Amino acid sequence: MKLLVVIAVIAILVSIFTDPKKTWLGIKKGFLMFLKIAPAILAVLIMVSVVLYMLPNEIIIKYLGEEAGFSGYVFAAIAGSVALIPGFIAYPMSGILVKSGVSYPVIAVFITTLMMVGFLTMPIEMKYFGKKVPLIRNGLYFIAALLIGGLIGIFYSL
Amino acid sequence: MKAILRKNKLSLTVVLLFTVFTVVSVYIGFKPGVIIFKKHFFSFLMEMLLFLPIMFILIGLGDVWISREKVEKHIGSDSGFKGILLVIFLSMAQVGPLYGAFPVTYLLWKKGAGIRNIFIYIGAFCTIKIPMLTFEIGFLGWKFSLLRTLFSLPFIILIAVIMERILKNKNFRMQQP
Repeated sequence: MKLLVVIAVIAILVSIFTDPKKTWLGIKKGFLMFLKIAPAILAVLIMVSVVLYMLPNEIIIKYLGEEAGFSGYVFAAIAGSVALIPGFIAYPMSGILVKSGVSYPVIAVFITTLMMVGFLTMPIEMKYFGKKVPLIRNGLYFIAALLIGGLIGIFYSL
Repeated sequence: MKAILRKNKLSLTVVLLFTVFTVVSVYIGFKPGVIIFKKHFFSFLMEMLLFLPIMFILIGLGDVWISREKVEKHIGSDSGFKGILLVIFLSMAQVGPLYGAFPVTYLLWKKGAGIRNIFIYIGAFCTIKIPMLTFEIGFLGWKFSLLRTLFSLPFIILIAVIMERILKNKNFRMQQP
């Protein structure tokens, strides 16, 4: 967190020295993006709050925590492949899930499939690539996401 | 401002309902309502309010300073290691969801980028966009972000190579919808 603030301050200072106008434009652009995404983030926070209240931590830990094993990965991979959540929302949500007991490798599988495998967006992909290529690509990435999660799991258990 | 309100009708309805629910809960002393707000929602909200504005300022600055055209100029059909690095760098500077990558890949393909580079672009676009990395580091930490990026890169390249093997000599072509 502190580091992020330091980086931001340095970036803004360097940017101002090089081109104040451009800096102002950039800050304005960023703030507009924030405004655009804020309602959705608020709504997700509310829903996550309600779900976390109803689901006790023990259940989350049992199915998506460190002891969940492979089934936790598969669950995360399927959820990530089907879901259509932008990263701006997925990361804050993941941060909360980790604090509630979901393991880092499971989050990695979720994030990776969320970003790389698009089950619902496959029709769009097929418009560009035809039918076969998206099927192969999404399949390969689905497997890769599980492997990436496994590798991260090994590192976190060290 | 109006456009933002219109586009987020559903989200804003949720926010409004939750506000009413919380106020009523506090007023009549409905415990679950108070707990959901105090224990869960409020602490999440505070964290977001600290992180998000800083991140979006960084993203805005990145958007202004890194222009796609500048990098794109340097990816012709030249392949090899330098090509891979350039494609990765180009994709890192992007924003938006996966399906936003396809129009750009179409452009790259039309300009003569190789099959491998096209799929490296898609893979890197999905996983290591700089704006996303700032979010990832902020919410999940350096260790997680670094590990995930490091482990993802070989898979991105490997899958791109597999795709190239499969599609080579198969008359691969992209189309614009």
